[in-house]
Amino acid sequence: MTLAKLIEQLDLKVYTGRNELTRPISGGYASDLLSDVLAHGQKDQLWVTLQIHPNIIAVAAFKELAAIVLVNGREPAAETVELARKERVSIIGTPLTAFEFVGRVYGLGIQGT
Amino acid sequence: MTKDTVFRQEFPVKGGDFSRAGEVSWEIKNLLKELGLSTPVVLRAAIASYEAELNIIMYAWEGRLVLSVTPGRVHVVVEDSGPGIEDIELAMTEGYSTATLEMRELGFGAGMGLANIKKNTDAFLITSEVGRGTRLELTFLTNGQRP
Ligand SMILES: Nc1ncnc2c1ncn2[C@@H]1O[C@H](COP(=O)(O)OP(=O)(O)O)[C@@H](O)[C@H]1O
Ligand SMILES: [Mg+2]
Repeated sequence: MTLAKLIEQLDLKVYTGRNELTRPISGGYASDLLSDVLAHGQKDQLWVTLQIHPNIIAVAAFKELAAIVLVNGREPAAETVELARKERVSIIGTPLTAFEFVGRVYGLGIQGT
Repeated sequence: MTKDTVFRQEFPVKGGDFSRAGEVSWEIKNLLKELGLSTPVVLRAAIASYEAELNIIMYAWEGRLVLSVTPGRVHVVVEDSGPGIEDIELAMTEGYSTATLEMRELGFGAGMGLANIKKNTDAFLITSEVGRGTRLELTFLTNGQRP
């Protein structure tokens, strides 16, 4: 599934990366600990988190993640958006909790690994 | 520095300065990419540098990363003046962290940084002196072969 399809199906908000939406998604990882994602995240995965500060962009870029998904309606900090634009990292958002969001994504056939 | 060093650059890092966290690692990533190294090597070096840079910011007073590239190898030496590490084996244990509550709320302090550095390098040396500082030596082979 592509990012664009997921955004449409789950009615997600796009903060950055409108030009990267054809990217395929190959699973996901949910964690709020940066080093944990650096250890266990994989290329083309969705990263589900509630961290909104600029350091999430380095994590997403260094792991070649497909997109960062901010849950609980959290909005990225201004510096985070700026850096994401520069580094072409997609940030999307949902009002759902991490548990709810992951459940829906799983229901669409996107699994952890 | 050996005579076949094709590139060398020093990056200072200030302890406690979270506003610039990651800047050095981004620079290292971009430089290695410009030098034409393969993406897996560039990303491994970026991740290990990031963890090392953050450790200086979180725990030390000041420090630096020194990047040097030779044919076949990327080298990153990380040196800081800081409190040092009393028990390196304990510090290397996944989950062990002395990060403050404030750092943990930002998602730092998983206690996985040193383990991540080790995992992403082809050779990793760590030495530390309590009350003085810590030194890491990270080596990445660029020929695609991992030992
Ligand atoms: N440069 C350093 N100077 C002093 N102490 C350090 C340094 N790097 C790591 N440490 C110590 O080792 C512990 C583990 O480090 P690390 O594996 O990076 O995990 P984390 O940074 O998440 O705590 C730190 O919590 C800290 O006590
Ligand atoms: Mg660390």
